[in-house]
Amino acid sequence: MEAGTGASAGGGAAPVRTHWRTRLSVYLNTNGRRLVLGVPYLWLLLFFLLPFAIVLKISFAEFAIGVPPYSDLLELTQDGYFRLTLALSNYAYLFDDPQYVIAYTNSLRIAAVSTAFALLVGFPMAYGIAKAPKGPRTILLFLVVLPFWTSFLIRVYAWIGILKSNGLLNNLLISLGIIDDPLVILGSDWGVYIGIVYSYLPFMVLPLYATLEKLDPSLLEAAHDLGCRPWKAFLTITLPLALPGIVAGSMLVFIPAVGEFVIPELLGGADTFMIGRVLWNEFFLNRDWPVASAVAMAMLILLVAPIMIFQHIQAKQADGEGAGR
Amino acid sequence: MSMATQVKAVSDRPVKTPPEIPGCTKKLGPPIIEIEKVVKRFGDFVAVNGVSLDVFEGEFLCLLGGSGCGKTTLLRMMAGFEQPSEGRVLIDGKDMTDVAPYDRPVNMMFQSYALFPHMSVERNIEFGLRQDGMPKAERESRVAEMLAMVQLERFAKRKPNQLSGGQRQRVALARALAKHPRVLLLDEPLSALDKKLRERTQLDLVNIQEKTGITFVVVTHDQEEAMTMADRVAIMDEGWIEQIDAPQSMYEYPNTRFVAEFFGSVNMFEGTLVEDEPDHVIIEAPELETPIYVGHGVSGREGGTVWAALRPEKVTLITEKPDRDSNWSSGVVKDIVYLGSTSTYIVELASGKQVRATLANHDRDMEGRVTWDDKVFVTWTDNAPVVVSS
Amino acid sequence: MNWRRDWFTLSWMAFGFAFLYVPILLLVIYSFNEGRLVTVWAGWSTKWYGELLRDEQIMGAAWISLRVAVMNATFATVLGTLAALAMVRFGAFRGRTLFSGMLSAPLVMPDVITGLSSLLLFVAMEQLIGWPEGRGITTITIAHVTFSTAYVAVVIQSRLVGMDRSIEEAAMDLGARPAKVFLVITIPVIAPALVAGWLLAFTLSLDDLVIASFVSGPASSTLPMVVFSSVRLGVSPEINALATILVVVASVAILGAGWAMNRQERLTKALTEKREIPVEG
Repeated sequence: MEAGTGASAGGGAAPVRTHWRTRLSVYLNTNGRRLVLGVPYLWLLLFFLLPFAIVLKISFAEFAIGVPPYSDLLELTQDGYFRLTLALSNYAYLFDDPQYVIAYTNSLRIAAVSTAFALLVGFPMAYGIAKAPKGPRTILLFLVVLPFWTSFLIRVYAWIGILKSNGLLNNLLISLGIIDDPLVILGSDWGVYIGIVYSYLPFMVLPLYATLEKLDPSLLEAAHDLGCRPWKAFLTITLPLALPGIVAGSMLVFIPAVGEFVIPELLGGADTFMIGRVLWNEFFLNRDWPVASAVAMAMLILLVAPIMIFQHIQAKQADGEGAGR
Repeated sequence: MSMATQVKAVSDRPVKTPPEIPGCTKKLGPPIIEIEKVVKRFGDFVAVNGVSLDVFEGEFLCLLGGSGCGKTTLLRMMAGFEQPSEGRVLIDGKDMTDVAPYDRPVNMMFQSYALFPHMSVERNIEFGLRQDGMPKAERESRVAEMLAMVQLERFAKRKPNQLSGGQRQRVALARALAKHPRVLLLDEPLSALDKKLRERTQLDLVNIQEKTGITFVVVTHDQEEAMTMADRVAIMDEGWIEQIDAPQSMYEYPNTRFVAEFFGSVNMFEGTLVEDEPDHVIIEAPELETPIYVGHGVSGREGGTVWAALRPEKVTLITEKPDRDSNWSSGVVKDIVYLGSTSTYIVELASGKQVRATLANHDRDMEGRVTWDDKVFVTWTDNAPVVVSS
Repeated sequence: MNWRRDWFTLSWMAFGFAFLYVPILLLVIYSFNEGRLVTVWAGWSTKWYGELLRDEQIMGAAWISLRVAVMNATFATVLGTLAALAMVRFGAFRGRTLFSGMLSAPLVMPDVITGLSSLLLFVAMEQLIGWPEGRGITTITIAHVTFSTAYVAVVIQSRLVGMDRSIEEAAMDLGARPAKVFLVITIPVIAPALVAGWLLAFTLSLDDLVIASFVSGPASSTLPMVVFSSVRLGVSPEINALATILVVVASVAILGAGWAMNRQERLTKALTEKREIPVEG
């Protein structure tokens, strides 16, 4: 550190020691943008998008005994040509066997009914939280989110002890004299509804809260002022303006619910067949990877429309937030 | 289209007659909103503290005051969004204190406009009419009429977010007027507009009010706006109405120091009432070299402390000492603020008190006029000062 | 407003919160039950906690789960932050639609699909390049990072959107280069979101049963997998004890993080309001 040479801005440290840091910083400042985008982009391409291509490929393969248990689509034949075999049998199988069709319709029905229940329970909660004074509002929001941080599996498990035929709910109802014979909830569709609503309620409440909180209270006052009664004002003003939140929340419940495995497995009956469960069984019990892949592809096709709707709302909201700044 | 028809007179109450308003050619009807000793508390905070006020049919009334003075709360109690803690609100002689907003014959224009973002301009204006179950044909013609009034025919199908601020303001006005309310309540209707547009819109509002004959009650914090538009102005401070009068009377004859100072700029001198005759009073003000002689009687007690309010445009500057023993003082010009049509001179007196004098700039040439550091005498006529209480 | 008077909304809310909390509460209470039956109260006892701690299978699985969760949370926070930066700051770039699609699809993708597709990828990769060798902690972590990144990105995106960009511009104006600005300005400002994102990814990983079941190997059963196989056989008080521990730990961690963030938030607010942002260099 000679006098006079250290006059530059970073002049404290010796140049040798900062050498690699300087080079790194030059690299980051010039290529930072590419790096920031490139790393997550590549990761998602490789580990999220590519797998779907592989699932698609294997869904056209045939079951084979071996490791891995499926046939190759491309084969090098003796005379030097590649032979492409697309086995459509897996898909045909899905339509032929009524078990799959029932599983699909069951999944859609159960997911839809559960979403409706979640909306019914979640809307007043979100509405009440949005209307609450600032202090309680933070606490209530926190209480909505907290269960989400505790184990999903354990929260589903908690219901077994409650819903069993000799469980806490039936014991309570019988001791109160409301019913004489225990209700069969565990092992029926009702158990699955309760489980889905319970597990996914925060996902319904949060987007609803976000839209309701942004709702300008003077809009409702204006409606009242123009002669609109509260209930009608709710229908003509609050509900339409909360629609993005309703759709987003419903999608967040509906889509994962269609493919739900744990809840029907633990709370549903042996006959509560949902696609997630069928896929699991094909894979783990029958070890039929091609059919499992075909089941997955069929489920994805069912879910494409809801997922697109969800993404559209996400993008629109992100744009709205960006434009608001 | 006069609305001064079906007002029920309630027999057991005295019939109130509208006040004479100087410079107002309108024929005002009986009171349409009567506020009786209304108090509104929010927890410990008293927003409105015992206000009584009559709004007369056909008038344009401005509630003027700074933020937190209770003007908006008072307006919201007329609309029905707030319930008074004490007192009553009558509309057309009927007690409306506990009547919900949707059952009141008044409409409000909101400060934020509160346009329904998911409805077109047309649907917004139509909204109130639908609530009344008005037949479709009638509704359509009313909407067309409203759109024409605010010159937004071309924008009928647009959504509020596709409109400019001024256009939104007009939609809000049209929506509130569509039901032909008995009274239109406007909460800071022009606060979101820029200065030029605001001035134009003030005149538009006055024209629309005169054309429709609907009673307007406007809340504003802008004193010039109130003076431009209102037939009467009610000045509020700390939940009270300090004074309610025509703008001209308010300016020339303020009752209190607060009103004098809030409504325009003023030179205020504290003093003692030394002579109190029916035709004149004399005030000894320590900040001035000579006493203040006021050419009319006031109701005060001799020896008490009073304030004399003197408008800057009523003060003149001369360079020679006046040959009288009241209503002048000497000082030095400290500052001159050139405002185009007028200039305001700030003169510092020997006592350190600064007096503002506003003089018209008749000549383009500033040559020969009083300038910085000149020794001058400030003086005024016997009728210029107004004596006000605290 | 008239929040207090709206009895309909209030009672409905009370029902909703009871629905959310009563099951958890019962679980906690019955973890102290002396008897083996979960529905019959037989007196207070902490014996199931002792049994739990002696259960080597559960303890081993818990250790695996913890390691996966920490690695997952760390990687996902880095990737999620980069992704969020790209989404919020880069405006329109080529492939943005695909990128944002891949970033939000994992939020709703059913676990069975993610699990199956990840497994098939690992199998294909192993065939092709010999990596990853077999399945275990590495494959579970990779699969978890992929979907956790999406959640972290959402959290950090909203923080970035709410951030006052003029602070960064001021730093650049004062001579800081982009990488430096990111380190000394952006990171501290979004720190609460980074903490929240990390915790979220940690929880998601610790919670996951389905994906882990697909991509784990024979010697790498995670805690949820062990719990699941035990729960399938019926309710057991030992699992109640485990559940109670998990609930308490999660609540304490979240309360602590919330408290710390609240403090930091107020600190930041106080600093920015007084305009005392320390400027480096």
